[in-house]
Amino acid sequence: MNTNTINRVLGLAVICSSFFFFSACGGSESPATEGEGTSETEVAEPVITDKGVGPISSVELGEIDEVMVARGKNVFENKCSACHKFSEKYVGPSLAGITERRKPEWIMNMILNPEEMIDKDPVAQELLETYLTKMTFQDVTEDQTRNILEYFRHIDNGGAE
Amino acid sequence: MKNKNQKSIYRTMTMVFGVLASLSLLIACGPKKGGGESAMVGSDAASKVYVAPGSYDEFYMFASGGFSGQISVYGLPSGRLFRVIPVFSVDAEKGWGFSEESKPMLMTSYGSIPWDDAHHPEMSMTDGVPDGRFVFINANNTPRVAKIDLTTFKTTEIIEIPNSAGNHPSPFVTENNEYIVAGTRFSVPVGANLDVPISSYKENFKGMISYIKLDKESGNMDLAFQILGPGFNFDLSHSGKNASREWSFFTCYNSEQANTLLEANASQKDKDFIMAVNWKLAEKYIAEGKGKVMNTPYYHNRWDDATHSATATLKNTQLVLDPKDCPGMIYLMPCPKSPHGVDVDPTGEYIVGAGKLATVIPVFSYSKMIKAIEKKAFDGEVEGIPIIKYEECLAGEVKKPGLGPLHTEFDDKGFAYTSMFVSSEIVKWNVATREVVDRAPTYYSIGHLMVPGGDSKKPWGKYVVALNKITKDRYLPTGPELTQSAQLYDISGDKMKLLLDFPTIGEPHYAQAIKADLIKDKQVRVYKLEDNKHPYAAKKEKDTRVERKGNEIHVYLTTIRSHFSPDNIEGVKLGDVVYWHVTNLEQDWDVPHGFAVTGAQNSELLIMPGETQTLKWIPQRVGIFPFYCTDFCSALHQEMQGYIRVSPAGSATPLTSSLGK
Repeated sequence: MNTNTINRVLGLAVICSSFFFFSACGGSESPATEGEGTSETEVAEPVITDKGVGPISSVELGEIDEVMVARGKNVFENKCSACHKFSEKYVGPSLAGITERRKPEWIMNMILNPEEMIDKDPVAQELLETYLTKMTFQDVTEDQTRNILEYFRHIDNGGAE
Repeated sequence: MKNKNQKSIYRTMTMVFGVLASLSLLIACGPKKGGGESAMVGSDAASKVYVAPGSYDEFYMFASGGFSGQISVYGLPSGRLFRVIPVFSVDAEKGWGFSEESKPMLMTSYGSIPWDDAHHPEMSMTDGVPDGRFVFINANNTPRVAKIDLTTFKTTEIIEIPNSAGNHPSPFVTENNEYIVAGTRFSVPVGANLDVPISSYKENFKGMISYIKLDKESGNMDLAFQILGPGFNFDLSHSGKNASREWSFFTCYNSEQANTLLEANASQKDKDFIMAVNWKLAEKYIAEGKGKVMNTPYYHNRWDDATHSATATLKNTQLVLDPKDCPGMIYLMPCPKSPHGVDVDPTGEYIVGAGKLATVIPVFSYSKMIKAIEKKAFDGEVEGIPIIKYEECLAGEVKKPGLGPLHTEFDDKGFAYTSMFVSSEIVKWNVATREVVDRAPTYYSIGHLMVPGGDSKKPWGKYVVALNKITKDRYLPTGPELTQSAQLYDISGDKMKLLLDFPTIGEPHYAQAIKADLIKDKQVRVYKLEDNKHPYAAKKEKDTRVERKGNEIHVYLTTIRSHFSPDNIEGVKLGDVVYWHVTNLEQDWDVPHGFAVTGAQNSELLIMPGETQTLKWIPQRVGIFPFYCTDFCSALHQEMQGYIRVSPAGSATPLTSSLGK
């Protein structure tokens, strides 16, 4: 609940500031939003929630489950590998060490809810500013996403791709 | 002023002379100046058609693209164009008829045909009400009926109509999509003896009527049976409703059976006919084995969303009923002067004919027709088909409605709206009393008209749209050829009020509209990659590759924002034929990618998320040729490109493909 409220406040601020960002760089339509955006950002201090925005509020992690890893690998290859590699930056960032850099909830929310994440989450926005290609929802289920997370844990634990 | 003039002329002259006079009046006065029309439009018109940015229209309107061969989709009341759905004509923008997958959709017994003339969109119905599942449309030139799936707005089936020429009275559906009808506008010889003198029309020419069955579950069409009608010109059709649900009604002109100068020779008789067909009884006769087999080849083409491909199937047999063997199946109702539209009111009791040269609008009564049949109140026959006495099936006539009645649609308050081509107006009249209650001018020369749901049991009687034949000065001029013109009228009150002019493509013969809620929430947004059964799909980058089969090169290519895999290809030689099988790996709404390659004697491909489409490319010369994405996809869209190297015939360059190396 609490996180939600914070998210909403943050969301507003971020939406407004992102309008500013887009109109500043893209020459977007309406100059009116610029002014509103500026005043809003001055008021709200960005609050970083490291779980991101989306349907996942908590993830239980246990021992790495090899069945889930295999399933996650399969989904990853089909739906993610065209843009992400583990060894190098590609269309999107390299995923090596992702489970050390981000909370598991953040990872799953980014996969399941990229549009809102890009709207509201400051880390997701920073990534967009760096890579300039929006991450998209690839039509995966929550189960599949959890398996992808397990695959990432497996990689970060020194497992094979 | 124009109306008043016409009325006085109308009173003092004979009918024919009146028609001629008003035609010349129209020409003499010429169109009014575009800017001077504002007085015709109420001050609240703008707010009634204004749909704020980001807001949705209340109705989808599907308009025939006429001689463009397509269907165009508009919002009402705004008149905004959303999409042109390719149907019978090739569409380079969408790769329709150019991609290997879509080519079979345009196959006919005459070979592949890149164009047709599309006339009447008709929504599928459940219990006589548009259900938003499909829209059907007829091809008038090479007789066909197409079905468009309204979850994808894609043409998914086209069936050719054998033994027919000029499929005009089509594709009207029965109350629960049991059948979609087709008919012959230009009667022709059918069967074994086709090479006959044209002057033997009366002896040899026939007007075939066809019934296409729609499978309830799959929604697949199939030609169920045909009826060997007399050699008339069948013009339009509509199915009955409620009590009359088991009947279809077809207008016929040229009951004179002329085969030359029809303009004069087909207008000799005072009355032609509305032909009533009891399709339920026809079904029974087919079940009893009364259908005779004919063997005219025709194509039946179907699109499959799983393989993202069409299949064209050649078929050779059809079952034909001869009315002589089928008593009680067909009757003729005399209808004044070359009737065009035949429209059935929401109750199913009234059948409105529109004799385009007639001075009245005859309104027939279904219950009287049945009684007349029971007591055999006939007045002769045509080829064994009884003609019912006019007075015995007539409910009444709308007197002096205007000049040149063509089509009628209905609202939900008991009123009918008839288009008047010659006097260029819409006439509103009371269906029960046949009294004219209002008239509104149209700019210019209205053909069809449309009330949303206006040929169904439950019209949404809020608007009527005039689909005009002549545009003249209504818009900024664009040389000799002008846009087509539609006009929107508010019919929620007693008086019709003109709200909006909006341009349309092709010649919009007819349109139908439906509440947006019945369609908008069931849209397919992406095709699921896991459901893609295309034999040449590469569903992940790992599967992308280039293969040689003799002189055929198959490129298994993928797209995702914003690169192709592979994007460097070598080892192709002059004389090879390259098939680019492009799979769009995106699974996000509104992210199609395009594909184009230099020198392709072909169109682009536009590949929806999760779809695979194939472009055939025959290299013409040695060199390096770029390929690129044509549909702006991301900030790095301009970087979405690749190269293919074409070497001389006999070169030893090995076939390779790569990405990022």
